[in-house]
Amino acid sequence: MNPAGFSEQVRRSWAVAKKDIRIYYIKGPVLIFGIFMPVFLFLAFLMGSRQLPLAFLVSGLVGMALFFTATAVSPAIFPWEGQAKTLERLASCPITVEAIVFGDMIASTLFGIGITLITVIIGLFLGLSLLHAITLCAGILLAACCFSAIGMLLAVPPTNTPSNIMMLSSLIKFPLVFISGIFIPLEQMPHWGMALAVCSPLTYFTDLVRYSFTGTNYFQVPFDIAALMVFTIVFTAGTMYLHKRTMPKRM
Amino acid sequence: MPDAIEVTDLTKIFGTTVAVDHVSFSVKEGEIFGFLGPNGAGKTTTTRMLAGVIPPDSGSAMILGHDIQREPVLAKQEFGVVPETSNAYTDLTAWQNLMLMGELYGISSARATERASNLLGALGLLERKDQKVQAYSKGMKQRLILAMALLHEPRLLFLDEPTSGLDVQSTQMILSLLRDLNRAGTTIFLTTHNMEEANRLCHRVGIIRSGRIVALDAPEKLKAAIDRLHRIEVSFGREIPAEALARLPGVLSADRIGDKWQITTENRDALIRLLVQFSREQGVAIVTLNTLAPSLDDAFLRLTREASL
Ligand SMILES: Nc1ncnc2c1ncn2[C@@H]1O[C@H](COP(=O)(O)OP(=O)(O)O)[C@@H](O)[C@H]1O
Ligand SMILES: [Mg+2]
Repeated sequence: MNPAGFSEQVRRSWAVAKKDIRIYYIKGPVLIFGIFMPVFLFLAFLMGSRQLPLAFLVSGLVGMALFFTATAVSPAIFPWEGQAKTLERLASCPITVEAIVFGDMIASTLFGIGITLITVIIGLFLGLSLLHAITLCAGILLAACCFSAIGMLLAVPPTNTPSNIMMLSSLIKFPLVFISGIFIPLEQMPHWGMALAVCSPLTYFTDLVRYSFTGTNYFQVPFDIAALMVFTIVFTAGTMYLHKRTMPKRM
Repeated sequence: MPDAIEVTDLTKIFGTTVAVDHVSFSVKEGEIFGFLGPNGAGKTTTTRMLAGVIPPDSGSAMILGHDIQREPVLAKQEFGVVPETSNAYTDLTAWQNLMLMGELYGISSARATERASNLLGALGLLERKDQKVQAYSKGMKQRLILAMALLHEPRLLFLDEPTSGLDVQSTQMILSLLRDLNRAGTTIFLTTHNMEEANRLCHRVGIIRSGRIVALDAPEKLKAAIDRLHRIEVSFGREIPAEALARLPGVLSADRIGDKWQITTENRDALIRLLVQFSREQGVAIVTLNTLAPSLDDAFLRLTREASL
Protein backbone atom coordinates (compact mmCIF):
# COMPACT_ATOMS: atom_id res chain seq x y z
CA MET A 1 0.00 0.00 0.00
CA ASN A 2 1.31 3.42 -0.93
CA PRO A 3 -0.55 5.85 1.36
CA ALA A 4 0.08 8.73 -1.00
CA GLY A 5 -1.03 6.77 -4.07
CA PHE A 6 -4.10 7.77 -6.03
CA SER A 7 -6.30 4.78 -5.26
CA GLU A 8 -5.50 4.89 -1.55
CA GLN A 9 -6.32 8.62 -1.41
CA VAL A 10 -9.62 8.03 -3.22
CA ARG A 11 -10.47 5.35 -0.66
CA ARG A 12 -9.76 7.83 2.11
CA SER A 13 -11.98 10.41 0.37
CA TRP A 14 -14.78 7.92 0.73
CA ALA A 15 -14.17 7.85 4.49
CA VAL A 16 -14.53 11.65 4.51
CA ALA A 17 -17.73 11.40 2.45
CA LYS A 18 -19.27 8.85 4.82
CA LYS A 19 -18.40 11.06 7.77
CA ASP A 20 -20.03 14.06 6.04
CA ILE A 21 -23.18 12.12 5.26
CA ARG A 22 -23.43 10.90 8.83
CA ILE A 23 -22.78 14.25 10.46
CA TYR A 24 -24.09 16.88 8.08
CA TYR A 25 -26.64 15.26 5.77
CA ILE A 26 -28.55 12.66 7.77
CA LYS A 27 -29.86 15.31 10.10
CA GLY A 28 -33.51 16.14 10.65
CA PRO A 29 -33.45 19.75 9.42
CA VAL A 30 -31.29 19.00 6.40
CA LEU A 31 -33.45 16.09 5.26
CA ILE A 32 -36.64 18.05 5.83
CA PHE A 33 -35.23 20.95 3.82
CA GLY A 34 -34.09 18.56 1.10
CA ILE A 35 -37.44 16.85 0.74
CA PHE A 36 -39.75 19.78 1.31
CA MET A 37 -37.92 22.17 -0.95
CA PRO A 38 -38.87 20.37 -4.17
CA VAL A 39 -42.43 19.90 -2.93
CA PHE A 40 -42.84 23.59 -2.22
CA LEU A 41 -41.18 24.54 -5.47
CA PHE A 42 -43.69 22.35 -7.28
CA LEU A 43 -46.56 24.04 -5.52
CA ALA A 44 -45.19 27.49 -6.25
CA PHE A 45 -44.66 26.63 -9.90
CA LEU A 46 -48.07 25.05 -10.33
CA MET A 47 -49.87 27.97 -8.76
CA GLY A 48 -47.69 30.70 -10.21
CA SER A 49 -47.34 30.37 -13.95
CA ARG A 50 -50.04 28.62 -15.84
CA GLN A 51 -49.09 29.89 -19.27
CA LEU A 52 -46.06 27.54 -19.51
CA PRO A 53 -46.50 23.79 -19.94
CA LEU A 54 -45.94 21.45 -16.99
CA ALA A 55 -43.11 19.63 -18.76
CA PHE A 56 -41.17 22.89 -19.11
CA LEU A 57 -41.72 23.79 -15.48
CA VAL A 58 -40.69 20.39 -14.20
CA SER A 59 -37.43 20.56 -16.11
CA GLY A 60 -36.59 23.84 -14.45
CA LEU A 61 -37.66 22.43 -11.16
CA VAL A 62 -35.43 19.37 -11.43
CA GLY A 63 -32.60 21.69 -12.38
CA MET A 64 -33.18 23.87 -9.35
CA ALA A 65 -33.62 20.93 -6.99
CA LEU A 66 -30.28 19.47 -7.99
CA PHE A 67 -28.51 22.79 -8.00
CA PHE A 68 -29.74 23.87 -4.59
CA THR A 69 -29.34 20.54 -2.83
CA ALA A 70 -25.86 19.81 -4.21
CA THR A 71 -24.67 23.23 -3.05
CA ALA A 72 -26.74 23.44 0.15
CA VAL A 73 -24.46 22.00 2.79
CA SER A 74 -20.97 21.68 1.37
CA PRO A 75 -19.93 25.37 1.48
CA ALA A 76 -20.38 25.35 5.27
CA ILE A 77 -18.49 22.14 6.05
CA PHE A 78 -15.00 23.66 6.16
CA PRO A 79 -16.10 26.64 8.29
CA TRP A 80 -17.92 24.28 10.67
CA GLU A 81 -14.97 21.97 10.94
CA GLY A 82 -12.54 24.84 11.27
CA GLN A 83 -14.54 26.15 14.19
CA ALA A 84 -14.85 22.71 15.82
CA LYS A 85 -11.12 22.04 15.22
CA THR A 86 -11.93 18.76 13.51
CA LEU A 87 -10.34 20.20 10.38
CA GLU A 88 -7.05 20.20 12.27
CA ARG A 89 -7.58 16.50 12.90
CA LEU A 90 -8.04 15.88 9.16
CA ALA A 91 -5.01 18.03 8.42
CA SER A 92 -2.83 15.85 10.63
CA CYS A 93 -4.10 12.63 8.99
CA PRO A 94 -2.39 11.12 5.94
CA ILE A 95 -4.91 12.50 3.47
CA THR A 96 -4.29 15.28 0.96
CA VAL A 97 -6.38 18.45 0.77
CA GLU A 98 -7.51 17.32 -2.67
CA ALA A 99 -8.83 14.06 -1.23
CA ILE A 100 -10.68 15.87 1.58
CA VAL A 101 -12.29 18.20 -0.96
CA PHE A 102 -13.14 15.22 -3.15
CA GLY A 103 -14.76 13.46 -0.18
CA ASP A 104 -16.93 16.51 0.54
CA MET A 105 -17.88 16.57 -3.14
CA ILE A 106 -18.90 12.90 -3.11
CA ALA A 107 -21.21 13.51 -0.15
CA SER A 108 -22.93 16.50 -1.72
CA THR A 109 -23.19 14.71 -5.07
CA LEU A 110 -24.99 11.79 -3.44
CA PHE A 111 -27.29 14.09 -1.48
CA GLY A 112 -28.11 16.07 -4.62
CA ILE A 113 -28.86 12.94 -6.62
CA GLY A 114 -31.07 11.49 -3.88
CA ILE A 115 -33.25 14.59 -3.52
CA THR A 116 -33.43 15.12 -7.29
CA LEU A 117 -34.69 11.59 -7.80
CA ILE A 118 -37.50 12.40 -5.37
CA THR A 119 -38.35 15.42 -7.50
CA VAL A 120 -38.36 13.31 -10.66
CA ILE A 121 -40.65 10.78 -9.00
CA ILE A 122 -43.08 13.53 -7.97
CA GLY A 123 -43.05 14.71 -11.59
CA LEU A 124 -43.84 11.21 -12.82
CA PHE A 125 -46.72 11.00 -10.33
CA LEU A 126 -48.09 14.24 -11.74
CA GLY A 127 -48.41 12.45 -15.07
CA LEU A 128 -45.22 13.47 -16.89
CA SER A 129 -43.75 10.93 -19.24
CA LEU A 130 -40.04 10.29 -19.14
CA LEU A 131 -38.85 9.95 -22.75
CA HIS A 132 -35.08 9.59 -22.31
CA ALA A 133 -34.31 8.00 -18.98
CA ILE A 134 -30.64 7.32 -19.70
CA THR A 135 -29.97 10.88 -20.80
CA LEU A 136 -31.66 12.10 -17.64
CA CYS A 137 -29.61 9.80 -15.39
CA ALA A 138 -26.35 10.74 -17.10
CA GLY A 139 -27.28 14.41 -16.87
CA ILE A 140 -28.15 14.17 -13.17
CA LEU A 141 -24.92 12.34 -12.37
CA LEU A 142 -22.72 14.75 -14.26
CA ALA A 143 -24.49 17.88 -13.09
CA ALA A 144 -24.44 16.65 -9.48
CA CYS A 145 -20.65 16.40 -9.71
CA CYS A 146 -20.46 19.81 -11.34
CA PHE A 147 -22.71 21.51 -8.77
CA SER A 148 -20.93 19.91 -5.83
CA ALA A 149 -17.69 21.34 -7.21
CA ILE A 150 -19.42 24.74 -7.29
CA GLY A 151 -20.49 24.17 -3.68
CA MET A 152 -16.88 23.58 -2.68
CA LEU A 153 -15.76 26.56 -4.74
CA LEU A 154 -18.11 28.72 -2.68
CA ALA A 155 -16.29 27.43 0.43
CA VAL A 156 -12.90 28.75 -0.70
CA PRO A 157 -12.83 32.04 1.27
CA PRO A 158 -11.02 30.90 4.43
CA THR A 159 -13.52 32.06 7.03
CA ASN A 160 -14.51 29.92 9.97
CA THR A 161 -17.89 31.62 10.30
CA PRO A 162 -20.46 29.44 8.54
CA SER A 163 -23.07 32.22 8.29
CA ASN A 164 -20.71 34.41 6.26
CA ILE A 165 -20.15 31.73 3.70
CA MET A 166 -23.87 30.86 3.53
CA MET A 167 -24.69 34.50 2.85
CA LEU A 168 -22.05 34.73 0.15
CA SER A 169 -23.18 31.52 -1.50
CA SER A 170 -26.82 32.68 -1.62
CA LEU A 171 -25.66 35.86 -3.32
CA ILE A 172 -24.08 33.79 -6.05
CA LYS A 173 -26.55 30.92 -6.29
CA PHE A 174 -29.79 32.85 -6.76
CA PRO A 175 -28.71 35.03 -9.69
CA LEU A 176 -27.38 31.91 -11.38
CA VAL A 177 -30.86 30.39 -11.34
CA PHE A 178 -32.31 33.39 -13.16
CA ILE A 179 -29.89 33.22 -16.06
CA SER A 180 -30.19 29.47 -16.64
CA GLY A 181 -33.37 29.17 -18.65
CA ILE A 182 -35.44 27.94 -15.75
CA PHE A 183 -38.09 30.64 -15.67
CA ILE A 184 -37.68 31.88 -19.20
CA PRO A 185 -37.12 29.39 -22.04
CA LEU A 186 -33.77 29.94 -23.79
CA GLU A 187 -35.62 30.54 -27.09
CA GLN A 188 -37.31 33.60 -25.62
CA MET A 189 -34.21 35.11 -24.06
CA PRO A 190 -32.74 38.39 -25.31
CA HIS A 191 -29.17 38.36 -26.64
CA TRP A 192 -27.58 39.56 -23.42
CA GLY A 193 -29.61 36.93 -21.57
CA MET A 194 -28.24 34.21 -23.81
CA ALA A 195 -24.71 35.53 -23.32
CA LEU A 196 -25.15 35.05 -19.59
CA ALA A 197 -26.97 31.72 -19.91
CA VAL A 198 -24.14 29.99 -21.77
CA CYS A 199 -21.85 30.79 -18.84
CA SER A 200 -24.00 28.87 -16.38
CA PRO A 201 -23.65 25.09 -16.13
CA LEU A 202 -27.22 24.96 -14.86
CA THR A 203 -28.37 26.01 -18.35
CA TYR A 204 -27.02 22.84 -19.94
CA PHE A 205 -28.43 20.59 -17.25
CA THR A 206 -31.88 22.17 -17.53
CA ASP A 207 -31.67 21.72 -21.29
CA LEU A 208 -30.88 18.03 -20.83
CA VAL A 209 -33.77 17.54 -18.42
CA ARG A 210 -36.12 19.28 -20.82
CA TYR A 211 -34.99 16.95 -23.59
CA SER A 212 -35.57 13.94 -21.33
CA PHE A 213 -39.16 14.95 -20.58
CA THR A 214 -40.28 16.71 -23.78
CA GLY A 215 -37.92 15.55 -26.50
CA THR A 216 -37.10 19.15 -27.41
CA ASN A 217 -34.02 21.10 -26.44
CA TYR A 218 -32.09 24.20 -27.36
CA PHE A 219 -28.57 22.77 -27.63
CA GLN A 220 -27.66 19.28 -28.84
CA VAL A 221 -27.44 16.56 -26.18
CA PRO A 222 -23.71 15.86 -26.80
CA PHE A 223 -23.05 19.59 -26.54
CA ASP A 224 -24.87 19.83 -23.21
CA ILE A 225 -22.94 16.85 -21.87
CA ALA A 226 -19.62 18.15 -23.13
CA ALA A 227 -20.30 21.57 -21.61
CA LEU A 228 -21.16 20.01 -18.24
CA MET A 229 -18.01 17.91 -18.39
CA VAL A 230 -15.81 20.90 -19.08
CA PHE A 231 -17.41 22.86 -16.25
CA THR A 232 -17.01 19.89 -13.89
CA ILE A 233 -13.33 19.44 -14.70
CA VAL A 234 -12.53 23.13 -14.50
CA PHE A 235 -14.44 23.67 -11.25
CA THR A 236 -13.06 20.53 -9.62
CA ALA A 237 -9.47 21.34 -10.51
CA GLY A 238 -10.01 24.97 -9.50
CA THR A 239 -11.56 24.20 -6.14
CA MET A 240 -8.84 21.68 -5.27
CA TYR A 241 -6.10 24.10 -6.22
CA LEU A 242 -7.64 26.97 -4.27
CA HIS A 243 -8.39 24.89 -1.17
CA LYS A 244 -4.85 23.62 -1.12
CA ARG A 245 -3.70 27.22 -0.92
CA THR A 246 -6.21 28.48 1.62
CA MET A 247 -6.30 25.45 3.94
CA PRO A 248 -3.41 26.63 6.17
CA LYS A 249 -5.25 29.91 6.74
CA ARG A 250 -8.11 28.02 8.40
CA MET A 251 -5.90 26.47 11.06
CA MET B 1 20.09 5.39 16.62
CA PRO B 2 18.64 7.45 13.77
CA ASP B 3 16.75 10.64 14.50
CA ALA B 4 12.96 10.41 14.59
CA ILE B 5 12.61 14.18 14.35
CA GLU B 6 15.15 16.55 12.92
CA VAL B 7 14.24 20.22 13.02
CA THR B 8 16.33 22.87 11.31
CA ASP B 9 15.74 26.61 11.74
CA LEU B 10 11.97 26.23 11.95
CA THR B 11 10.31 29.66 11.96
CA LYS B 12 6.71 30.85 12.07
CA ILE B 13 5.57 34.45 12.06
CA PHE B 14 1.98 35.57 12.73
CA GLY B 15 1.67 39.19 11.66
CA THR B 16 4.30 40.88 13.79
CA THR B 17 4.62 38.05 16.33
CA VAL B 18 7.55 35.72 15.79
CA ALA B 19 5.88 32.68 17.36
CA VAL B 20 8.75 30.29 16.57
CA ASP B 21 12.17 31.74 15.90
CA HIS B 22 14.77 29.59 14.12
CA VAL B 23 14.26 26.55 16.31
CA SER B 24 16.58 23.58 15.73
CA PHE B 25 16.70 20.32 17.65
CA SER B 26 16.46 16.61 17.12
CA VAL B 27 14.71 13.73 18.82
CA LYS B 28 16.19 10.25 18.74
CA GLU B 29 14.13 7.20 17.98
CA GLY B 30 12.82 5.58 21.17
CA GLU B 31 13.13 8.77 23.18
CA ILE B 32 10.54 10.69 25.20
CA PHE B 33 11.27 14.31 24.40
CA GLY B 34 9.61 17.05 26.44
CA PHE B 35 9.06 20.48 24.95
CA LEU B 36 8.72 22.71 27.95
CA GLY B 37 7.74 26.34 28.10
CA PRO B 38 5.32 28.91 29.55
CA ASN B 39 2.08 29.92 27.82
CA GLY B 40 2.65 31.63 24.51
CA ALA B 41 6.20 30.32 24.16
CA GLY B 42 5.49 28.68 20.80
CA LYS B 43 5.03 25.04 21.80
CA THR B 44 1.72 24.55 20.00
CA THR B 45 2.91 26.38 16.91
CA THR B 46 6.01 24.18 16.73
CA THR B 47 3.99 21.00 17.23
CA ARG B 48 1.52 22.00 14.53
CA MET B 49 4.35 22.62 12.07
CA LEU B 50 5.91 19.25 12.90
CA ALA B 51 2.53 17.54 12.45
CA GLY B 52 2.06 19.18 9.06
CA VAL B 53 -1.02 21.17 10.11
CA ILE B 54 0.49 24.58 9.33
CA PRO B 55 3.43 25.30 7.02
CA PRO B 56 6.54 26.96 8.45
CA ASP B 57 7.63 30.33 7.07
CA SER B 58 11.15 29.01 6.85
CA GLY B 59 13.21 26.05 8.00
CA SER B 60 12.44 22.39 7.66
CA ALA B 61 11.47 19.32 9.64
CA MET B 62 12.30 15.72 8.82
CA ILE B 63 9.89 13.32 10.47
CA LEU B 64 10.97 9.66 10.40
CA GLY B 65 12.96 10.31 7.27
CA HIS B 66 10.26 12.27 5.43
CA ASP B 67 10.28 16.01 4.90
CA ILE B 68 6.94 17.13 6.36
CA GLN B 69 6.58 19.74 3.62
CA ARG B 70 7.52 17.60 0.64
CA GLU B 71 6.12 14.21 1.65
CA PRO B 72 3.37 15.08 4.11
CA VAL B 73 1.23 11.99 3.54
CA LEU B 74 4.10 9.53 4.01
CA ALA B 75 5.22 11.31 7.17
CA LYS B 76 1.70 11.56 8.59
CA GLN B 77 1.10 7.88 7.96
CA GLU B 78 3.80 7.10 10.53
CA PHE B 79 2.84 9.36 13.42
CA GLY B 80 -0.17 10.10 15.62
CA VAL B 81 -1.19 13.47 17.05
CA VAL B 82 -2.93 14.51 20.25
CA PRO B 83 -3.54 18.24 19.72
CA GLU B 84 -3.98 20.97 22.29
CA THR B 85 -7.75 21.15 21.92
CA SER B 86 -9.88 18.05 21.66
CA ASN B 87 -10.94 17.50 18.07
CA ALA B 88 -12.99 14.34 17.91
CA TYR B 89 -16.24 14.62 15.97
CA THR B 90 -18.73 15.31 18.76
CA ASP B 91 -21.68 14.22 16.61
CA LEU B 92 -20.16 10.77 16.22
CA THR B 93 -19.73 8.08 18.85
CA ALA B 94 -16.30 7.15 20.15
CA TRP B 95 -16.45 4.00 18.10
CA GLN B 96 -17.37 5.85 14.89
CA ASN B 97 -14.52 8.31 15.48
CA LEU B 98 -12.08 5.42 15.79
CA MET B 99 -13.39 3.68 12.69
CA LEU B 100 -13.04 6.95 10.76
CA MET B 101 -9.40 7.11 11.85
CA GLY B 102 -8.95 3.51 10.71
CA GLU B 103 -10.19 4.41 7.24
CA LEU B 104 -8.19 7.64 7.04
CA TYR B 105 -5.02 5.68 7.85
CA GLY B 106 -5.94 2.88 5.46
CA ILE B 107 -6.24 0.11 8.06
CA SER B 108 -8.36 -2.96 7.37
CA SER B 109 -11.64 -2.86 9.24
CA ALA B 110 -10.88 -6.13 11.07
CA ARG B 111 -7.63 -4.68 12.37
CA ALA B 112 -9.26 -1.35 13.23
CA THR B 113 -11.99 -3.14 15.20
CA GLU B 114 -9.45 -5.12 17.17
CA ARG B 115 -7.24 -2.10 17.89
CA ALA B 116 -10.21 0.09 18.83
CA SER B 117 -11.50 -2.48 21.34
CA ASN B 118 -8.09 -2.89 22.93
CA LEU B 119 -7.44 0.84 23.19
CA LEU B 120 -10.88 1.70 24.52
CA GLY B 121 -10.46 -1.10 27.07
CA ALA B 122 -7.03 0.13 28.16
CA LEU B 123 -8.33 3.69 28.48
CA GLY B 124 -11.51 2.75 30.34
CA LEU B 125 -13.96 3.85 27.63
CA LEU B 126 -15.25 0.52 26.39
CA GLU B 127 -18.67 0.67 28.10
CA ARG B 128 -19.35 4.10 26.60
CA LYS B 129 -18.06 3.46 23.10
CA ASP B 130 -21.49 3.88 21.50
CA GLN B 131 -22.22 7.19 23.15
CA LYS B 132 -21.78 10.43 21.22
CA VAL B 133 -18.62 12.30 22.15
CA GLN B 134 -20.76 15.35 22.97
CA ALA B 135 -21.66 13.72 26.28
CA TYR B 136 -18.03 13.00 27.24
CA SER B 137 -16.16 14.76 30.03
CA LYS B 138 -12.92 16.54 29.22
CA GLY B 139 -10.86 13.65 30.55
CA MET B 140 -12.81 11.09 28.53
CA LYS B 141 -12.45 13.19 25.38
CA GLN B 142 -8.71 13.39 25.91
CA ARG B 143 -8.45 9.62 26.39
CA LEU B 144 -10.46 9.10 23.21
CA ILE B 145 -8.19 11.48 21.30
CA LEU B 146 -5.23 9.46 22.49
CA ALA B 147 -6.90 6.26 21.30
CA MET B 148 -7.56 7.92 17.92
CA ALA B 149 -3.91 8.92 17.66
CA LEU B 150 -2.77 5.38 18.46
CA LEU B 151 -5.16 3.35 16.33
CA HIS B 152 -2.71 2.90 13.47
CA GLU B 153 0.17 1.95 15.79
CA PRO B 154 2.33 4.97 15.01
CA ARG B 155 6.09 4.88 15.54
CA LEU B 156 5.99 8.46 16.75
CA LEU B 157 3.43 10.29 18.85
CA PHE B 158 3.00 14.07 19.19
CA LEU B 159 1.12 15.27 22.26
CA ASP B 160 0.38 18.94 22.98
CA GLU B 161 -0.13 19.40 26.72
CA PRO B 162 -1.88 16.03 27.02
CA THR B 163 -2.68 16.26 30.72
CA SER B 164 -3.36 19.98 31.05
CA GLY B 165 -6.53 20.57 33.07
CA LEU B 166 -7.41 16.88 33.41
CA ASP B 167 -8.65 14.96 36.43
CA VAL B 168 -6.17 12.79 38.32
CA GLN B 169 -7.57 9.53 37.01
CA SER B 170 -7.29 10.52 33.34
CA THR B 171 -3.83 11.99 33.91
CA GLN B 172 -2.54 8.80 35.53
CA MET B 173 -4.08 6.63 32.84
CA ILE B 174 -2.53 8.70 30.05
CA LEU B 175 0.92 8.95 31.62
CA SER B 176 1.13 5.24 32.35
CA LEU B 177 0.01 4.41 28.80
CA LEU B 178 2.70 6.72 27.43
CA ARG B 179 5.36 4.94 29.50
CA ASP B 180 4.18 1.54 28.26
CA LEU B 181 4.17 2.74 24.66
CA ASN B 182 7.67 4.09 25.00
CA ARG B 183 8.89 0.85 26.53
CA ALA B 184 7.50 -0.90 23.45
CA GLY B 185 9.54 1.41 21.23
CA THR B 186 7.30 4.39 20.41
CA THR B 187 9.06 7.75 20.19
CA ILE B 188 7.15 10.44 22.05
CA PHE B 189 7.26 14.21 21.61
CA LEU B 190 5.21 16.04 24.18
CA THR B 191 4.77 19.64 25.16
CA THR B 192 4.01 20.71 28.69
CA HIS B 193 4.29 23.68 30.97
CA ASN B 194 4.59 21.34 33.92
CA MET B 195 8.21 20.95 35.00
CA GLU B 196 7.39 18.03 37.29
CA GLU B 197 5.67 16.10 34.54
CA ALA B 198 8.58 16.63 32.18
CA ASN B 199 10.98 15.58 34.88
CA ARG B 200 9.12 12.36 35.68
CA LEU B 201 8.49 11.30 32.12
CA CYS B 202 11.09 12.63 29.70
CA HIS B 203 14.55 11.45 28.75
CA ARG B 204 15.40 14.85 27.40
CA VAL B 205 13.74 18.23 27.46
CA GLY B 206 13.99 21.35 25.38
CA ILE B 207 12.96 24.61 26.99
CA ILE B 208 11.38 27.20 24.74
CA ARG B 209 10.71 30.79 25.61
CA SER B 210 9.41 33.50 23.27
CA GLY B 211 9.90 31.20 20.31
CA ARG B 212 13.52 30.34 21.03
CA ILE B 213 15.08 27.25 22.53
CA VAL B 214 16.95 28.35 25.63
CA ALA B 215 18.05 24.98 26.97
CA LEU B 216 18.27 21.43 25.70
CA ASP B 217 19.35 18.72 28.10
CA ALA B 218 18.41 15.83 30.37
CA PRO B 219 15.82 16.95 32.92
CA GLU B 220 18.11 16.15 35.86
CA LYS B 221 20.68 18.62 34.65
CA LEU B 222 18.10 21.34 34.11
CA LYS B 223 16.62 20.60 37.47
CA ALA B 224 20.03 20.94 39.06
CA ALA B 225 20.36 24.38 37.50
CA ILE B 226 16.95 25.33 38.79
CA ASP B 227 17.50 23.90 42.24
CA ARG B 228 20.22 26.43 42.75
CA LEU B 229 17.52 29.06 42.72
CA HIS B 230 15.29 29.59 45.75
CA ARG B 231 12.48 31.87 46.66
CA ILE B 232 11.70 33.15 50.11
CA GLU B 233 8.53 34.95 51.05
CA VAL B 234 8.76 37.33 53.98
CA SER B 235 6.59 40.01 55.55
CA PHE B 236 7.53 42.58 58.17
CA GLY B 237 5.66 44.35 60.94
CA ARG B 238 5.92 47.71 59.17
CA GLU B 239 6.95 49.22 55.83
CA ILE B 240 10.58 48.81 54.88
CA PRO B 241 12.32 50.38 51.85
CA ALA B 242 12.80 48.13 48.81
CA GLU B 243 16.41 49.23 48.25
CA ALA B 244 17.35 48.07 51.74
CA LEU B 245 16.25 44.53 50.85
CA ALA B 246 17.73 44.53 47.38
CA ARG B 247 21.09 45.65 48.82
CA LEU B 248 21.42 42.53 50.98
CA PRO B 249 24.20 40.28 49.67
CA GLY B 250 23.01 37.22 47.71
CA VAL B 251 19.61 38.73 46.80
CA LEU B 252 18.93 38.27 43.07
CA SER B 253 15.57 40.03 43.10
CA ALA B 254 13.03 41.36 45.57
CA ASP B 255 9.41 41.87 44.50
CA ARG B 256 6.52 43.26 46.45
CA ILE B 257 3.43 41.00 46.32
CA GLY B 258 0.58 42.29 48.49
CA ASP B 259 1.99 42.84 51.98
CA LYS B 260 4.78 40.31 51.37
CA TRP B 261 8.15 40.40 49.72
CA GLN B 262 9.30 37.63 47.39
CA ILE B 263 13.05 37.30 47.29
CA THR B 264 15.08 35.01 45.07
CA THR B 265 18.52 33.80 46.00
CA GLU B 266 20.97 31.01 45.33
CA ASN B 267 21.76 30.44 48.99
CA ARG B 268 18.63 29.97 51.04
CA ASP B 269 20.33 29.43 54.37
CA ALA B 270 22.52 32.52 54.14
CA LEU B 271 19.59 34.69 53.11
CA ILE B 272 17.42 33.61 56.03
CA ARG B 273 20.25 34.45 58.45
CA LEU B 274 20.66 37.82 56.75
CA LEU B 275 16.94 38.57 56.96
CA VAL B 276 16.90 37.82 60.66
CA GLN B 277 19.89 40.10 61.16
CA PHE B 278 18.25 42.75 58.96
CA SER B 279 15.06 42.75 61.04
CA ARG B 280 17.08 43.10 64.23
CA GLU B 281 19.09 46.03 62.84
CA GLN B 282 15.97 47.80 61.53
CA GLY B 283 14.03 47.05 64.68
CA VAL B 284 11.16 45.52 62.75
CA ALA B 285 9.39 42.21 63.45
CA ILE B 286 9.26 39.37 60.91
CA VAL B 287 5.55 38.46 60.64
CA THR B 288 5.81 35.53 58.21
CA LEU B 289 8.71 33.71 56.57
CA ASN B 290 8.21 30.94 54.00
CA THR B 291 10.54 29.13 51.66
CA LEU B 292 8.98 28.38 48.26
CA ALA B 293 9.84 25.70 45.71
CA PRO B 294 11.43 27.17 42.59
CA SER B 295 8.69 28.08 40.13
CA LEU B 296 8.88 27.38 36.46
CA ASP B 297 9.08 31.09 35.78
CA ASP B 298 12.16 31.35 37.98
CA ALA B 299 13.60 28.45 36.06
CA PHE B 300 12.95 30.11 32.75
CA LEU B 301 14.38 33.38 33.94
CA ARG B 302 17.40 31.58 35.15
CA LEU B 303 17.86 29.52 32.02
CA THR B 304 17.32 32.45 29.71
CA ARG B 305 19.88 34.45 31.61
CA GLU B 306 22.38 31.60 31.39
CA ALA B 307 21.65 31.13 27.73
CA SER B 308 22.36 34.77 26.96
CA LEU B 309 25.67 34.80 28.85
N1 LIG C 1 -3.10 31.34 14.59
C1 LIG C 1 -2.42 32.31 15.20
N2 LIG C 1 -2.55 33.59 14.80
C2 LIG C 1 -1.86 34.57 15.41
N3 LIG C 1 -1.03 34.39 16.43
C3 LIG C 1 -0.85 33.14 16.89
C4 LIG C 1 -1.53 32.04 16.30
N4 LIG C 1 -1.18 30.90 16.96
C5 LIG C 1 -0.29 31.30 17.90
N5 LIG C 1 -0.10 32.63 17.87
C6 LIG C 1 0.83 33.39 18.74
O1 LIG C 1 2.08 32.74 18.71
C7 LIG C 1 2.67 32.70 19.99
C8 LIG C 1 2.94 31.27 20.40
O2 LIG C 1 1.71 30.60 20.64
P1 LIG C 1 1.61 29.07 20.96
O3 LIG C 1 2.43 28.30 20.00
O4 LIG C 1 0.16 28.73 21.03
O5 LIG C 1 2.26 28.98 22.41
P2 LIG C 1 2.16 27.83 23.51
O6 LIG C 1 1.55 26.63 22.90
O7 LIG C 1 3.58 27.62 23.94
O8 LIG C 1 1.32 28.37 24.62
C9 LIG C 1 1.71 33.43 20.92
O9 LIG C 1 2.16 34.74 21.04
C10 LIG C 1 0.40 33.38 20.19
O10 LIG C 1 -0.38 34.49 20.50
MG1 LIG D 1 -0.11 25.62 23.51
